[in-house]
Amino acid sequence: MSRISDTFKSLKKKGGKALIPYIMAGDPSLDVTKQFVLDLEAAGADIIELGVPFSDPLADGPTIQKAAERALTNGTTLKKVLGLVREIRQVSDIPLILMTYYNPVFKMGIEPFIKNAVSAGVDGVIIPDLIPDEAEDFIKLARMHGLDTIYLLAPTSTPDRINRVVKASTGFIYYVSITGTTGSKLTIKKTMKDNLNSIRGITSKPVAVGFGISTPGEASAIASLADGVIVGSAIVKLIAQGKSIKNYVKSLRKAI
Amino acid sequence: MENKPGKYPDMKGHFGQYGGRFVPETLMPALIELEKAYNKYKKDRTFLNELEALQKDFIGRPTPLYFARNLTEALGGAKIYLKREDLCHTGAHKINNAIAQALLAKRMGKTRIIAETGAGQHGVATATGAALTGIECEIYMGSEDIRRQSLNVFRMRLLGAKVTEVNVGSKTLKDAINEALRDWTTNVGNTHYVLGTVFGPHPYPLMVRDFQSVIGREARQQILKAEKRLPDCLIACVGGGSNSIGLFHAFLKDNIKMIGVEAGGEGIRSGRHAARFAGGSLGIFQGCKSYLLQDKDGNVLGTHSVSAGLDYASVGPEHCYLRDLNKIEYTYATDTEALKAFEVLSKTEGIIPALESAHAIAEGIKTASSMPRSSIIIINLSGRGDKDVQEVARIKGINL
Repeated sequence: MSRISDTFKSLKKKGGKALIPYIMAGDPSLDVTKQFVLDLEAAGADIIELGVPFSDPLADGPTIQKAAERALTNGTTLKKVLGLVREIRQVSDIPLILMTYYNPVFKMGIEPFIKNAVSAGVDGVIIPDLIPDEAEDFIKLARMHGLDTIYLLAPTSTPDRINRVVKASTGFIYYVSITGTTGSKLTIKKTMKDNLNSIRGITSKPVAVGFGISTPGEASAIASLADGVIVGSAIVKLIAQGKSIKNYVKSLRKAI
Repeated sequence: MENKPGKYPDMKGHFGQYGGRFVPETLMPALIELEKAYNKYKKDRTFLNELEALQKDFIGRPTPLYFARNLTEALGGAKIYLKREDLCHTGAHKINNAIAQALLAKRMGKTRIIAETGAGQHGVATATGAALTGIECEIYMGSEDIRRQSLNVFRMRLLGAKVTEVNVGSKTLKDAINEALRDWTTNVGNTHYVLGTVFGPHPYPLMVRDFQSVIGREARQQILKAEKRLPDCLIACVGGGSNSIGLFHAFLKDNIKMIGVEAGGEGIRSGRHAARFAGGSLGIFQGCKSYLLQDKDGNVLGTHSVSAGLDYASVGPEHCYLRDLNKIEYTYATDTEALKAFEVLSKTEGIIPALESAHAIAEGIKTASSMPRSSIIIINLSGRGDKDVQEVARIKGINL
């Protein structure tokens, strides 16, 4: 059992939902990111997503694009993010997920990446541009080394795609709330409920929803439909403005 | 589209180890829908008749295969033929693909098409296809390219397209593609993405190649008619690689020397270039696995070329595959060489080539000089140079 699965399991027992904040590693610096992780944990986060900056983040909207640019300018690399995870593991056991594009992973090498990530203390990975169809080797090695592979489903996903993604996912399934990039305007439509129901119809794996969730009200509405709520751009925006993230995350915690 | 599918790409769009589909899940249903529609309509007689009629009456095909007598005599080597894609409506080969995809989008019931553009040629071609089919159109273009190609920006607007400036990253073609992919992810229901080259996720590399391979099919017939034999060498410039694969594809079984010419920019050592084979390595970028200019951490490097259409960090996956099979060899021409060829062709033949095509001319000049008079070269003159005149004047320090 992974840390991520354990977290969802114990939340389920209590009737709780997972709060999963996302921050960009290295924005504004790796040291500050480490402090943010501890702050997020203290504010009630259950799982934390660490973004790995990439030069061409095509699934991300402007807020996270800019954060990636800042982090890259600071010299943040996948290797350094793994080093950061190693440091965090000295002081915290909170489940950590890396969200990275595929090319930095591919460049490091699939097996070296998975081994390094697991030994550093990473629990799972989300690679938005690596669909299960292209991930046979990746999934095999991730299973072997005990790294969760979290795949995305979208409002456009057909039953065939849902089946494939559900099968490939461990830890949880990431349901993208809207057709769009991160930080787009959220609309909670009936299709979301229908899609979540059809996913639930074929799996007991937890489903978390992300993209566009920014207010405690939205977080609460999503929490009533899913097992977890992922909030990224709204937090990244506060960080960019130099504002505190602790109170905001506490308000999300309270809402879900 | 009489090409036999051959053994590649496979069902998932792999050309050997290259190609595939590396996109967010949101786009997968759209790519599958596009693949199905393409497979259906490429065999649909009504669709093909409509496309062929437009190729003839709207684009102006077949384009001539022109014997460049003056250039041939000046060099004293191989006979040089130019495949005159510059004479296509809108001034470049890009229209072959754009019209076909616009027709396909219409058949698929899409009400909006989007595209990226570097030099502006593909944007103009797509805006033209949109005007022709009556579909709404938005073009993404890097702000650096907008500066270099202001004439094409105005042309797109005249054609009724919305041109959206992309002001992130390197502000060139790759950033325009990111933005177009983001738009497609957002508006995937009613929108078709007219990708302009043999790149991106499957089925684009296959589909765009098929739509462009009309170039080589015509050239093959034309040279057989003119010379009663096949040429010894084919040369074309390679940005994403659509005009080159378009010319080469019909000759792949003929054991002819084929040369793809990348943008050497200010030279490979300078780091300011777009020569993916000379300076890149295997990577995953904008939907497919291919050669990529990247740093040691897998971030995509900025590129440089005097020609916006070749200024791109990666190259079509089929090119990588054919290079591995030793079917095509790749070289590069620098900015300086391309600018010189631009002037040479203008003065000797009265043809002002696009700066992209000038890279192929530069290599053609080198190659022809080293070959006997009895040999034959075809160079793909992929576009005309009107759009580049202002930029060339600027580089030469001439105030127009």
